[in-house]
Amino acid sequence: MQPITVLDTLGVALAAANVDTDQLIPARFMKEPRSVGYGQFLLYDVRHNEQGTPDAEFILHRPNAADAEVMVSRRNFGAGSSREAAVYALVDYGFRCVVAPSFGDIFASNAVNNGLLPAVVEEDDAERLLAALGDTPAAIYVDLEKQLIRVAAVEVSFSISTVWRTKLLNGWDDIDMTRQHANTITDFAANYARQFPWTAPRLPETEIISKG
Amino acid sequence: MSTPTTLFDKVWRAHEVHRSESGQSLLWIDRHFVHEGSFHAFNKLAERQLPVARSDLTFGIADHYVPTLTRDLVGVADPKVRSMIEQLSRNTQQHGVALFGLDDPRQGIVHVLGPEQGLTQPGMVMVCGDSHTATHGAFGSIAFGIGASEVAHVLATQTLWQSKPKVMRITVEGQLAEGITAKDIALTWIARLGADGARGYAIEYAGEAIRSLSMEARLTLCNLSIEGGGRCGMIAPDQTTFDYLRDRPWIPQGEAFKQACAYWATLYSDPGARFDLEVTLHADEIAPTVTWGVSPEEALPIDRAVPDPEQLSDPAKARQARESLAYMGLTAGQKLTDINIDRVFIGSCTNARIEDLRAAAAVLVGQKSRVPGMVSPGSTLVKTQAEAEGLDRIFIDAGLEWRHSGCSMCVGMNGDLVASGERCASTTNRNFKGRQGPGARTHLMSPAMVAAAAVSGRLTDVRTLTAGVDSSVQASGTR
Repeated sequence: MQPITVLDTLGVALAAANVDTDQLIPARFMKEPRSVGYGQFLLYDVRHNEQGTPDAEFILHRPNAADAEVMVSRRNFGAGSSREAAVYALVDYGFRCVVAPSFGDIFASNAVNNGLLPAVVEEDDAERLLAALGDTPAAIYVDLEKQLIRVAAVEVSFSISTVWRTKLLNGWDDIDMTRQHANTITDFAANYARQFPWTAPRLPETEIISKG
Repeated sequence: MSTPTTLFDKVWRAHEVHRSESGQSLLWIDRHFVHEGSFHAFNKLAERQLPVARSDLTFGIADHYVPTLTRDLVGVADPKVRSMIEQLSRNTQQHGVALFGLDDPRQGIVHVLGPEQGLTQPGMVMVCGDSHTATHGAFGSIAFGIGASEVAHVLATQTLWQSKPKVMRITVEGQLAEGITAKDIALTWIARLGADGARGYAIEYAGEAIRSLSMEARLTLCNLSIEGGGRCGMIAPDQTTFDYLRDRPWIPQGEAFKQACAYWATLYSDPGARFDLEVTLHADEIAPTVTWGVSPEEALPIDRAVPDPEQLSDPAKARQARESLAYMGLTAGQKLTDINIDRVFIGSCTNARIEDLRAAAAVLVGQKSRVPGMVSPGSTLVKTQAEAEGLDRIFIDAGLEWRHSGCSMCVGMNGDLVASGERCASTTNRNFKGRQGPGARTHLMSPAMVAAAAVSGRLTDVRTLTAGVDSSVQASGTR
């Protein structure tokens, strides 16, 4: 995973609350393999009409939007379905950071696991950033070490858990980290099985497992 | 005396394999359910050439993409949908993971099947790449949804890194009146606290009204925890829990069951245990509730009117209400009972268990639905049970379609969609824009309320229809 330290880039304002993961990527696109690139599905039904014609007014269709790496939005961003595809859509589009007053729990974990920074700001600060960005892609500066965001004259701080900050700064991957604890896990599992023997699945005697 | 401990902390501690210097816990996972969407995670595993660490604790379930008109894969017209189901069969087979596949007589929605089979047990930590995994917390387990990277991590290690959430308790005092269900409790607290009101918290539901809920109603309540932003929802196991679990296929038998029950009986929040947040509702504040907007927090008692944005003092709320009304095609101040519907759907992991179907059928018996609609039972075993009770005939005679089990029209992945602009009264969990199909308009409510809407063709207070009907049927959801 690509580490994040500083993003000196373009940002876009998505001035809506509750941008849930069903909006970020509608379910019908989730059958596609990741290799097709999920960026094309990002906010598809929000930025296209029923005939599939792009809404030219939508922020992602403005000049230079393709170069934007930071999205600023309102509260409860990424709520709902656990679909990591919502993060794939943002990442494949080119986003590396989303700024909002609050995030859906699962979305935020998924974001960090894909090197996308979920930066939490105060509600008032989100409004100031949205106003400063306006309705065209504009310059934005994000510093993960100092935990600050700047748009023109507006500078705000953001919060993120120390664990996630470290992971993003280093581009670390959980599976590699966990495998260092392989022996601890093996010992735990053995003790656990002794202490809670009934948790081991007991195959039903009378029924067979379908092969699908 | 040890410090009073919450139910959540008791279960969490029993699963803590390791705690990092930064305070993150590596948790042991007792059960991992994988559905068709797991293909991303299996692909990650393949990239690293890693095996599934504990195939015996992993269970495959086909639910999100399964057709509801047939149980035959050949009958699936869309090759991409077919491929999703086939990939799950292939991945589970390759890794020696048990599969409840399309043609399995036990097939069902993962959050209906797990409890039904006794795979879900008190005191466990359970995960699935689906946000409604919170459902299983009804048994006093910590259960939550995870993303594909985390699914891959659990497959590879049977563990998961988690930061310990804060714990809140939602207490519902008193007894629910007839016709008030777990769905109404959930929509009421979410409307009050907001769709992110429980963000960062594990929820424990407690109080007299909760204790009186049947196991199936508890599943509905915990299922909706995520809609208020909660990491998970839990209810302490009790006699209702043990009675439900006894003799389920995957539940330990005999001495092992006794031993398990003895441990399960210790799983409750000690008197004096500290919660980070306490919320109390009184059962008599809870009315049959429906959503009017595009977030589960936009819910109101059925006898109310949709908000008028001009009357809202908070500009953010006014803006949100204006946008929601526009998407939903509603007029400010319109009475909820004046909203006509185009379609009904009874199904999903939230409200498609046998008690839910009985509650809907009790309203529909001898009646005609004024709108088209479908019923998709939560599992194939629920479907079989409903047919044995003759419920299928009630739905069919009312003019509704009786389908096979799956996630179906809750999320539309299998092609069961609400058309653009159509208004659907639905027993599901999300009224998000486009959730049931592009442009679809969803109103969430309990199964009996959906049935009432079907009978009258508009949103309706079920209590005005069922006066005089056998109250034991009406009060489904409470014991």
